[in-house]
Amino acid sequence: MRIFPVKGGVHLEYRKELTSEKPIVALPMPKILLVPVQQHMGAPAITMVQPGETVAKGQVLARGQGLVSAPVHAPTSGKVVDIERITAPHPSGLPQITIILEPDGADRWVELPAPINDPFAATPAEIRERVAVSGIVGLGGASFPSAVKLGLGSRGKLDILLVNGAECEPYLTCDDRVMREHSEEVVDGARIMAHALGTANIIIAIEGNKPVAQAAMQRAASQFTNVAVVTVPVQYPMGAERHLTLAVTGRETPARKLTADVGVVVHNVATARAVHHAVRFGRPLLSRVVTVSGGAIAEAKNIDVPLGTKVADLLEFCGGLKRPPHRIISGGPMMGQPLPSLEVPVVKGTSGILALLSEETNEAPSQPCIRCGSCVNVCPCGLVPVEMASFVRNEKLDDAARIGLMDCVSCGGCSYICPSHIPLVHYFNYAKGRLNALDRDRRKRELVKTMVEARGVRLEKQAQARRDAAAAAAAKNDANRANP
Amino acid sequence: MLLAIGSLTAMGAALGTVLGVAARYLAVESDPLEQEILSLLPGSNCAQCGFVGCAGAAAALAAGEATVTLCPPGGKGVAEKLAKKLGVQADLSHSEDKGPMVAFINEDSCIGCLRCIKDCSTDAIVGANKQMHTVVSEVCHGCGKCFKVCPTEAIEMRPIPVTIETWHWQKPGAHAAH
Repeated sequence: MRIFPVKGGVHLEYRKELTSEKPIVALPMPKILLVPVQQHMGAPAITMVQPGETVAKGQVLARGQGLVSAPVHAPTSGKVVDIERITAPHPSGLPQITIILEPDGADRWVELPAPINDPFAATPAEIRERVAVSGIVGLGGASFPSAVKLGLGSRGKLDILLVNGAECEPYLTCDDRVMREHSEEVVDGARIMAHALGTANIIIAIEGNKPVAQAAMQRAASQFTNVAVVTVPVQYPMGAERHLTLAVTGRETPARKLTADVGVVVHNVATARAVHHAVRFGRPLLSRVVTVSGGAIAEAKNIDVPLGTKVADLLEFCGGLKRPPHRIISGGPMMGQPLPSLEVPVVKGTSGILALLSEETNEAPSQPCIRCGSCVNVCPCGLVPVEMASFVRNEKLDDAARIGLMDCVSCGGCSYICPSHIPLVHYFNYAKGRLNALDRDRRKRELVKTMVEARGVRLEKQAQARRDAAAAAAAKNDANRANP
Repeated sequence: MLLAIGSLTAMGAALGTVLGVAARYLAVESDPLEQEILSLLPGSNCAQCGFVGCAGAAAALAAGEATVTLCPPGGKGVAEKLAKKLGVQADLSHSEDKGPMVAFINEDSCIGCLRCIKDCSTDAIVGANKQMHTVVSEVCHGCGKCFKVCPTEAIEMRPIPVTIETWHWQKPGAHAAH
């Protein structure tokens, strides 16, 4: 199959060998689970349990609300100790509503929805519904509710389901291990998703540095004529949705459009596996595979972790930290986010926990720009990071947006390559956040204006009604006086 | 034929002259800049700037009689927009404000007097006579009119809390000139 070239990108030191040969091990059930009600993009789920309540494994703890949302289930049976606001696994360190669950050790299941024995005879709506109630979100890291993405088929013609096994972030090997150990589940999940989407073809794209996973997937896919496994070049950020689509199909996604607009829907391999579990066995999403790695970790591992496990418990399972880490990151080293503390839970979007030593990071004081143009060469989105950053530095956010700030995917390639260590992507993340905040302000101002106008109209109506009543009363008085 | 052309031309010329003269002498004085400025202001006519409503403030701004930092509910965002529109340098060092605020009613002290409800220009307060009032914070734009009229000081102005949804990275610290 032909692979199309993708402009830019960087070649990183992958350091995947730390965990790539470590089979997935299950984490013994921790003593306490912290289950946030928001582990996905969209509206937070609404709590359905009370403190003190006993819950069974797989029971709904919080249900989704609105169009873009996902429910949250109990990862094991136990008692809800409390529901309170505690620190989220988010760089802000702000609190969010979290259900604190004390496992009882029985691991007693709730009555699950009936398995869909022949998913290919089921309607796409049935599959979507099952995926929605199972709380499945994109496990690649973005945590977008998968059922919403499976509904894209109704928007227009889709022809390819692209299963993303690129895993282009250094250190992370969770998708690699899932593909090696559960290739049949991934292929089955992908076929079910393709059925729900109405796409004829399935392409599983894997970066060239994972030959074993590729062979396993090839074996699992060989009996299905519409499933192809392709190798994509080892080039960061190949796993970004738009870039993978471009590399595999040659179709470029227009700015501010979705890959679905060019007929392609991208789902992660681990998401496909979760769909397989939900449809074939009725099991909701209760755990995920997490890579725990980095130079400061005593024993790096790939672990099947119940959602809500504290990062501290996860590190303890890996023998703790052998040296003080410079950074503790959730996700990969390029796009991951620093964790505010170790007392935060693993959530649906946590693909890795990395404890990095200072020699593993690329941090240094920032120097003046030498105009080398490296950032322009590596930008996979065809932007000019140096110019955008200088606009942002001078608070000219509109100008930065004009030259494509909102098309930046925050891959961090420019920050990585910059010989002057200018925190380019940090500028862009700040500017995107600030522009969104300004947009929220603008919407609020518009709302306030409509409210003020509505109030004016109402007051005028009331005044008119009073005048009418006064006139009527006066007319009545006159009439009474005329014929007493 | 000639008569028709001649009479129509004469009528056209005469009426055109009348319209041209009328446009000059009967024109409504309205500064387009004022309108543009008005569209940037919150529009709640809270009068905290000391002018009569937002239209008054827009007129003063257009005439250069007011500073761009005049609008307390608009805060820094509006000041920046006004400065850009008017092409002036906004001195925002003093208006390093507390960020956007919303009114909050301390329900223990509220006596249900309705005064704040009557004064609220966005209908953001709900309640009834002798019943506790409360603020719909999505619509409150923090003009502080209710805060001033409350007889029991039950209303306080609180900053809008930062949530995970609204949080964003701060600008990278001061670096050497690039």
